[in-house]
Amino acid sequence: MIGAGVLWWLSAPDDITRPYAADVTPDIQAGALVFAAGGCASCHAAPEAKGDAKLHLAGGLAFDSDFGTFYAPNISSDAAAGIGTWTLEDFARAVTKGVSPQGRHYYPAFPYTAYARMTPQDVADLHAYMATLPADATPSKPHDVGFPFNIRRSVGLWKFMFSDTRDVLTDAQTPQIARGRYLVEGLSHCGECHTPRNALGALDRNAWLSGAANPSGKGRIPGITPAQLDWSEADLIEYLTSGFTPDYDSAGGKMADVVANLAQLPEADRAAIAAYLKALP
Amino acid sequence: MTGFTKTILGTGLCAALIASAGFAASHSSVTNKAVAARHAQMQMIGYHTGVLGAIAKGEMEYDSAMVDAAATNLRELAKLDGTTMWVAGTEQGATDGSRAKAEIWSDAAGFAQKFTDLENAASAMIGAADAAAVGAAMGGIGGSCKGCHQDYRGPKS
Repeated sequence: MIGAGVLWWLSAPDDITRPYAADVTPDIQAGALVFAAGGCASCHAAPEAKGDAKLHLAGGLAFDSDFGTFYAPNISSDAAAGIGTWTLEDFARAVTKGVSPQGRHYYPAFPYTAYARMTPQDVADLHAYMATLPADATPSKPHDVGFPFNIRRSVGLWKFMFSDTRDVLTDAQTPQIARGRYLVEGLSHCGECHTPRNALGALDRNAWLSGAANPSGKGRIPGITPAQLDWSEADLIEYLTSGFTPDYDSAGGKMADVVANLAQLPEADRAAIAAYLKALP
Repeated sequence: MTGFTKTILGTGLCAALIASAGFAASHSSVTNKAVAARHAQMQMIGYHTGVLGAIAKGEMEYDSAMVDAAATNLRELAKLDGTTMWVAGTEQGATDGSRAKAEIWSDAAGFAQKFTDLENAASAMIGAADAAAVGAAMGGIGGSCKGCHQDYRGPKS
């Protein structure tokens, strides 16, 4: 009985500090850049959407995993199907704690363990920007997940065991590297694909960015530490801008979306990502 | 052409060639000849894109003949009749070294359009009058590479 009580307590949904971002003035234009850096549309736009259609966040994209199939939900500004009625507090709790306004855990296919590092300013800017995007009435598709992962409370235990929001690169020598760390480890959540996972789907921080199995089953996501990728900082910046590798191959698959997103950021941000990657052990 | 220009061009070409050799070596496990042939096509596309990219970035001196030759070759490479190379049953997983997605065959018209996109982007490069113009036209070429790799190429094995 006590054991069950402890489990229940450990698995309880976290809350944010309230009031949230009380001294912050949301900036919609800055929010557009947060939206790009966070890669929101890459998962939440309707599958196969191109161009401006990527701003219709109807959801529906399927994510196969060992635990079942997750479907990205509708996060458009629609009041019923999307998140149009969410307050900034609702939004911040969802994005940084992985908890819905109703107090339910989200599955970590949603990279809130990375977004947990987002500054209140960035969260507020993003919230303000997303309110300006089109409403879409497409209902979210239920996840197709088997027992015991279909018990949402179990996600709380997963978070207790694996949600580690401390810096991986503990010693950022320059402000530029620190900015790169914020993007790579946090907002742009590079580790979600480039870092291997354990049997329960948690990131192996000891093998940070060293490459991983492709969740879709075919091939591998490459390692991007200096030991595995000998590109110069200029090579990295070029790749994150145009998608060209040093030998003029080009980014494809999901990474092509990532490049399209990162290309919208100021060059200083791409340079910060490059500096961070070169600073990894 | 001055000796200096030749040195610059030569250095750039050697760098591109070495890079291409690396690309070829990464496909050494290929056993299917059709797969090997289309990798050769991609290597040629990468090489000529590299020449243009080096000029756009100022790593190689602008030379109109070199730009037009690279762009023309790219255009012709995009126009190759793929019937002999994109043979059904050679998708990723079915034969070693292939990263071709099944959509190449299930959506043949969409796939063909990607080569048309490259052909058009390469045509737009021909006559680029200076390094800045080459750089501006690179966007179209890069976009066509990306557009196809995004939809029709699987991840590294």
